[in-house]
Amino acid sequence: MSSTHHDVLRPGSARGGARPRADREPRPRRLRFAGRQPIGLAFVSPYLIYLAAIFLYPLGFAVWISFHDYFFAAPGAQVDRPFVGLANYTAVLTDPAVWRSFANIAVFLVINVPLTVAASLVLATALNSKLRARTFFRTAYYVPYITASVAVVGVWLFLFNSNGLVNKALGPLAPDPSWLVNSHLAMPTIALFVAWKQLGFFIVLYLSALQNVPGELYESAALDGAGKVRMFWSITVPAVRTATLLVLVMATVTGANLFTEPYLLTSGGGPDGATTSPVLLMYQRGLQQGHPDEAAAIGVILVVLITGISLLYRRLLERD
Amino acid sequence: MADAHAPSLMRRSAHHSPHTHSRGRRILSRLALLAGAFAFLFPFYYMLIGSLQREPDSSPAGAFPQPGNLSLHNYAEINSAISLGRSLINSGIFTGGVIVCTTVFGLLAGYALARLHFRGKGSTFALVLLVQVIPFQLLMIPLYVLIVRDYGLADSYIGIILPFAINTSAVFIFRQFFLQLPQAMFEAARIDGAGELQILFRIAIPLCKPALASVVLLSFTGPWNEFLWPFLVTKEQDMQPLAVSLANYISTVSSAAANPFGAILAGACVLAAPAVALYLVFQSRFTSTDLDSATKG
Repeated sequence: MSSTHHDVLRPGSARGGARPRADREPRPRRLRFAGRQPIGLAFVSPYLIYLAAIFLYPLGFAVWISFHDYFFAAPGAQVDRPFVGLANYTAVLTDPAVWRSFANIAVFLVINVPLTVAASLVLATALNSKLRARTFFRTAYYVPYITASVAVVGVWLFLFNSNGLVNKALGPLAPDPSWLVNSHLAMPTIALFVAWKQLGFFIVLYLSALQNVPGELYESAALDGAGKVRMFWSITVPAVRTATLLVLVMATVTGANLFTEPYLLTSGGGPDGATTSPVLLMYQRGLQQGHPDEAAAIGVILVVLITGISLLYRRLLERD
Repeated sequence: MADAHAPSLMRRSAHHSPHTHSRGRRILSRLALLAGAFAFLFPFYYMLIGSLQREPDSSPAGAFPQPGNLSLHNYAEINSAISLGRSLINSGIFTGGVIVCTTVFGLLAGYALARLHFRGKGSTFALVLLVQVIPFQLLMIPLYVLIVRDYGLADSYIGIILPFAINTSAVFIFRQFFLQLPQAMFEAARIDGAGELQILFRIAIPLCKPALASVVLLSFTGPWNEFLWPFLVTKEQDMQPLAVSLANYISTVSSAAANPFGAILAGACVLAAPAVALYLVFQSRFTSTDLDSATKG
């Protein structure tokens, strides 16, 4: 505080935004070290300390656990947790259940991600045009996103069980076994559920990207005789490429975090483990069966995979 | 935008009426939007109707309520099964705690990042960006070990709140907002001899109500709807937020109950209502620009 008073009283201390940061005027060493407004450090330090304690330290701890023989012990007990190298990773990677969970999530992503990108872009384009009751439509698509998964899962259970409205409406076309207890349909149904649930968020994301596309592009294309579909492919799609990358990455991360839906919609990852997601497996392996070290290894593998996929998206989108 | 291509349509289809052509297309796209909106809203309608039906009917006719069949007894049933009041209080304390922490941490950090020059500002910003990409899957096990095992915070409000108390999106929203305020306002205050704390409390905070509304909405829906973390931390029913106690009802009690769906839907309505209501109230203020600043930084 005292330093800023000092600052204000000094002649020529009025600063324009464009002025370079380094002050040439002589000033106490302490102030120069901390910057012009050292109180800024005090403002951000609660955030930074918190960040270190709740995000960065656990992040390192997760990797550490995955390389050690880690088990739950009584609080305060001194136990030996020897370094085991890649033992947890080998244990996890030779386990068919782990491979199954990654295969399940692959099925999820293959259905959910393209559906999310296509549907949110098309709906956002439609909502971006002159439209009566635009607020109504935007709200309609956004409401599932802001509602708790647990709440909407309750309705989907009711709609998609064997005696549910969907099957009654389908009549003889209803699948047997029904949606969520069918090992071929359970994961696709979850992928559809998550696409429905999250779409509103991605629509808003695309809407904000569409607002930055200059209207002249469409006008000149129209003069050249381009149709609506042509304009969509050659103007809209390339113009929102950055947003598409964001949607791809975020939809993939959502998929990788999948837990609530398989846990509740398919009672813990059934039928036959067809919907067991890696995070569900981490919960079962780590907390229910007491192998946090193997769960941490699954977590590390999952994050490496997701990072790889995200980099791949970037490669693909930035190719031209 | 629709008007922009009118000339091209006219030129290409000059021999037949260009008007019907574009109008037909427009009607088609409106119909598609309407069908979509129906698919998005119908489950909510069904949630409400189902929660009010005494005798649940899962045939298509059941989607239309019969006045004689409506009652609140599903709400009474879910209330006796999971004590709604207690769960709602837990959800409220969890959410309230998160909102207060998110706002205080986010406001201070966002203001400093937007308006103050200090050593380490660049690296602070880089760190904030980095945190946004740390996936929760990797934090689940170590946070459980630390918070539940080492610190003994299972079944406590602090244990539930801790991982949510800072929110990077809130920092970005505040930073974006403070960046938009005119520099001259802050200059004038400094020339008048105001200290940074005074500027923060007398100028910045009173002005930031719009940003505050976005942050409150953003940090309400997160913890209110959160399931996985509170589920891991709370074993005692007395400490569980509504999302967790309802989920436990769905996964355990419901298979034994005679007709659990009415009660589940009633619980779902109670869980969904506050977030939806808050969104509808704040919706006009919650614009896509907020999302911009939250996702792009």
